[in-house]
Amino acid sequence: MRRWLPFAVLAAAAAFPLVARPLGWDFYIGFASRIMIYALAASSLNLVLGYGGMVSFGHAAFVGAGAYTVAVLMAEGVASAWVAWPLAVALAGALAAAIGAVCLRTRGVYFIMITLAFAQMIYYIAVGMRAYGGEEGLNLPTRSQLGFGLDLKDDVTFYYLVLAILAAALYALRRTVGARFGRVIEAIRENETRMDAIGFPTYRYKLVCFALGGALAGLAGALLANQNSYVNPNLLYWTQSGTLMIMVILGGVGYLYGGVLGAVALLVLEEVVSGYTIHWQLGVGAVMLAIVLFAPRGLAGLAQGRRDG
Amino acid sequence: MSGILLLEQSLNGLQFGLMLFLLAAGLTLVFGIMDMINLAHGSLYMVGAFLAATFVDLTGSFWLAVALALAGTALVGMALEVSVLRRLYARDHLSQVLATFALILVANETVRIVWGPQLPLAAPPALAGPVEIVPGLQYSSYRLVIIAVGLAVAAALYFAIARTRVGMLVRAGASNREMAVAMGVNIKRLFTIVFGCAAALCAVAGAMLGPILAVQVGMGENILILAFVVIVIGGIGSIRGALVGALLVGVVDTMGRAFLPHLLRQFLRADLAGALGPALASILIYVLMAAILFWKPQGLFPARG
Repeated sequence: MRRWLPFAVLAAAAAFPLVARPLGWDFYIGFASRIMIYALAASSLNLVLGYGGMVSFGHAAFVGAGAYTVAVLMAEGVASAWVAWPLAVALAGALAAAIGAVCLRTRGVYFIMITLAFAQMIYYIAVGMRAYGGEEGLNLPTRSQLGFGLDLKDDVTFYYLVLAILAAALYALRRTVGARFGRVIEAIRENETRMDAIGFPTYRYKLVCFALGGALAGLAGALLANQNSYVNPNLLYWTQSGTLMIMVILGGVGYLYGGVLGAVALLVLEEVVSGYTIHWQLGVGAVMLAIVLFAPRGLAGLAQGRRDG
Repeated sequence: MSGILLLEQSLNGLQFGLMLFLLAAGLTLVFGIMDMINLAHGSLYMVGAFLAATFVDLTGSFWLAVALALAGTALVGMALEVSVLRRLYARDHLSQVLATFALILVANETVRIVWGPQLPLAAPPALAGPVEIVPGLQYSSYRLVIIAVGLAVAAALYFAIARTRVGMLVRAGASNREMAVAMGVNIKRLFTIVFGCAAALCAVAGAMLGPILAVQVGMGENILILAFVVIVIGGIGSIRGALVGALLVGVVDTMGRAFLPHLLRQFLRADLAGALGPALASILIYVLMAAILFWKPQGLFPARG
């Protein structure tokens, strides 16, 4: 059952606009795109946090770096997705490599705090960029241009592009964590001293993992800027890093689909509860608290635990 | 840059640093003794400020209100510890982050439902005016009182930790929890007491800073991160480290904001300096923290040696 489930979900996701558009649910097509973008961002954090065991509390910085790359380039007149998106990925990856190189010297709680510190620095840099909106943020005049007769301003086209990118990223993640690299990363998470003693360059492996996660987050950021047609420094604030972390923990740390499950669960929960009351945060908080107390391994762990039992 | 201005900004830094210390002291104890990341610490600060504003309305006396808010927040803190947080001590840091992040959401919304998004809280009228502390420097008397309160609480805390029996147990718990349990310390009760004290310290900071900053929903999130920076700089679990870290952060942050834009103007074009200055000033404390962790990965005063 487990083998075909991802394909069934993919097929359902691919069919969704075909049903939604005639029914006039255009809002939900955009909402689904947003969920998938957050699923991508959360999955990139899951690589670092779940597989690599590095509790990074500054992941929003890399998402923000990707988003700002697209927005700033567009403000300067470069709208091509083929230029802006790879650059967003490269910039976020390079940023992650630089920050990781310093942060990975520390351990445990100190690692959590120093990644947070760097993310806050990037946040204040974004606030300080007055030429690009400063605290107010920056409106994107249009969405990135893809060519090939595809118009990303059409929400359905954009939806399919995001879906394709998410599916490709998840496939790549699956291959990565299944490959030797992924095995080494997981082994380092379990026992770094031992891996070091065997002769693996643990620091380098962790740094590569951290940079990969950052680069993927940059891609999510580039998509997010297009989805919202707007960037502002709040994308990089520490509560955003917290939200991404919550998605991963909620979905299941170190499960391939943990990030996706968590993003779907959290965003749908927010949407549903906010339909009933303006005090939706109370309901979301209460549900999150219940999940921590009663489903310690997240939603993916819950499903798996039931199957194994 | 005159000496008067320097003195004024130093006092501002001292005042902010001491209030940060009140938050950081509780946070570092909870972190050090219970090995618990409590993101909801800022929520207790918020609750303290809202309670103080309410009691000022009811009683008409600022100081009575502060005392009542302190007691009330301590009760809220202890109730929280007994009902939720106690179940999280044995769990990993990730679960604690998730649970206490959830508590932030719950606390913010509960406060919004009970009090609304913000409350007015003014300094007591007797302290509204400035006083002249040295010729040529008019300094807010309320800020001076904050400094005095901060110093008094810091001294009391030092006495409690260094000289009393509970303080001894707290130090034992911070340096080696398993050993403290093995020696027969009732760690459960100790945790509840420590949490209540941490909440009370939050309330003092919230009530005192309320008239200067604003009493509003979300006020805890901004200052929480600063408090975390403080305890990481000082070394987790160390009260002395928290004091040094808090003063360092308070002074560096205040000085940076006051003088960095001015300093940059010496080297850069005015418009560039104006844009860069505030951003650089905000970044300064994070640079400080990253630098300290780079050279001293355990902070300045590691509690566990």
